[in-house]
Amino acid sequence: MARVVVDVMLKPEILDPQGQAVANALPRLGVSDVTSVRIGRRIEIEFAGDADPERAREIADKLLANPVIEDFTIHLDGAAAEVA
Amino acid sequence: MRIGVVTFPGSLDDGDAARAARIAGAEAVRLWHGDPNLYGVDAVVLPGGFSYGDYLRCGAIARFAPAMESIIDAARGGLPVLGICNGFQILCEAHLLPGALTRNQHLHFRNRDQHLRIESTDTAWTNGFTPGQEVLIPVKNGEGCYVADERTLDALVAEGRVVARYTRGNPNGSQRDIAAITNEAGNVVGIMPHPEHAVEALTGPSLDGLGFFTSVLRALAGASAGGQQPGGQ
Repeated sequence: MARVVVDVMLKPEILDPQGQAVANALPRLGVSDVTSVRIGRRIEIEFAGDADPERAREIADKLLANPVIEDFTIHLDGAAAEVA
Repeated sequence: MRIGVVTFPGSLDDGDAARAARIAGAEAVRLWHGDPNLYGVDAVVLPGGFSYGDYLRCGAIARFAPAMESIIDAARGGLPVLGICNGFQILCEAHLLPGALTRNQHLHFRNRDQHLRIESTDTAWTNGFTPGQEVLIPVKNGEGCYVADERTLDALVAEGRVVARYTRGNPNGSQRDIAAITNEAGNVVGIMPHPEHAVEALTGPSLDGLGFFTSVLRALAGASAGGQQPGGQ
């Protein structure tokens, strides 16, 4: 079985209120040196045969990410991230 | 006139939308997400709710339902389509409308009666209002913050495609106070608040929502009489 990992993040210009809420909670942990937190989504796709990054890219582009507000990167599990 | 209302797994307001269509004088036809047949309806409402549990992103999975594939084709051909709340999210995910709906800026689910100003009366769903008219209809969403890039927002404003704006307070942080937009042809409208919940004195804060449903009946009547595309453009 071969796994492709897709990481989806909001584009930098899109406000991430969840990340802001987390960042605002950090001082209560005694953390004062974090300037920003952004929250994304990691999706693991298992292929029945060989890993197919191109097919994974198609899945990410059509369904997993909304290109209006999100960017994605795909990489084979264990390999370095490849920017989409 | 026959208005189809699609039920997805997780739809909540399909019953109210069908009821609103009937109160406006239409025949409501219940459509099923798994059935690509639209049964010859004259217009379609995509109702509010949480289709597919809002998994992945709101509306992202519903967009690929067999019924949606037929609706996307028909909408490109001029079929009037109104997406309410989750329906608006589905229309954006289907690229029938630009932009996207994201988490409310304050992170809270917002549920209240909301004042709106009708900005465009050139659409199939708002031709019965007067430009600038204020209406009061319920809003209830957790992910209703409309976002798009500046160029898209400028184009929507310049082309008169902002259909309604929030007034007396923006409930979710939507850019430029956008509550509803339309496509270039004016037949597809997405609105975050719920006109189908404001059609009777007993249950709604006003009867203002009825205007969306009577508007489409008027557009359809005009289309069948004059042979023009609904939407009036």
